[in-house]
Amino acid sequence: MKLIIESVSENEAFARTVVAAYITRLDPTLEELADVKTAVSEAVTNSIIHGYCGKSGEIEITCEIQEQEVIVRITDTGIGIADIAKAMEPLYTTKPEWERSGMGFAFMEAFMDSLEVTSEPGKGTSVLMRKQIGKGQDS
Amino acid sequence: MEALAENRLVHYELHQNCLVIYVTDDLDHHTVLKLREYSDRLIEAGNMKHVIFDFTDVGFMDSSGIGLIMGRYKKVMFLGGRAAVTNVGEVVNRIFTLSGLYKIIERYDTVEEALEGMQKSRKEKDSYYEINH
Repeated sequence: MKLIIESVSENEAFARTVVAAYITRLDPTLEELADVKTAVSEAVTNSIIHGYCGKSGEIEITCEIQEQEVIVRITDTGIGIADIAKAMEPLYTTKPEWERSGMGFAFMEAFMDSLEVTSEPGKGTSVLMRKQIGKGQDS
Repeated sequence: MEALAENRLVHYELHQNCLVIYVTDDLDHHTVLKLREYSDRLIEAGNMKHVIFDFTDVGFMDSSGIGLIMGRYKKVMFLGGRAAVTNVGEVVNRIFTLSGLYKIIERYDTVEEALEGMQKSRKEKDSYYEINH
């Protein structure tokens, strides 16, 4: 599944809802669904606020399912991140005046099984997240 | 208090010095942008000391919601005010717990309990919560 959206905040809810709908075939629990929605919401918001700094741009969301694993990649061609390790530190934010909590990457890490961030200043950022669905279920 | 234009994302009540904001939509960056200034105007216009956010109708929240609540807490804190959240569902509760928000924002089951709690000291409230949860 591939979705390309404009970098406007109205699209945050749309993006996470589309990904949630796409993975319903894996019969996720409500908790798993909320985890994936939160992670997608954080990544898309990062692209809008930090990648494009509120300016116009495109965000590409690809999602695939391999057996019981969901693989989501969210890519922008915004300003990129110079120091990824610093950006991923909990509570670190470059936008405190916008009341950003600095928890975005921490939530992606906490709610997904894995998170890989690749970025190049001036070129953009790509976030790759994976999560097994149905791990904690009896059936 | 001056009448403020309606905001379709919330409705509010004033109880003495407490502002109760009932959030009626998901909280993300988009909705938080629309609520931040609105909440601040309510606090300022009514000269409110404490602020309570009710989550009965919130099915989803990301880290933007943490910023909204922390921002309003910082605003009332300087005047000795406090902030609380009520009717927090499981999905939102995980976000609050993970963020460490409960270290500074009080959680109550209902708005009524929060209104009562806001009039007591923080210490009394903590012992209440330990006994009941």
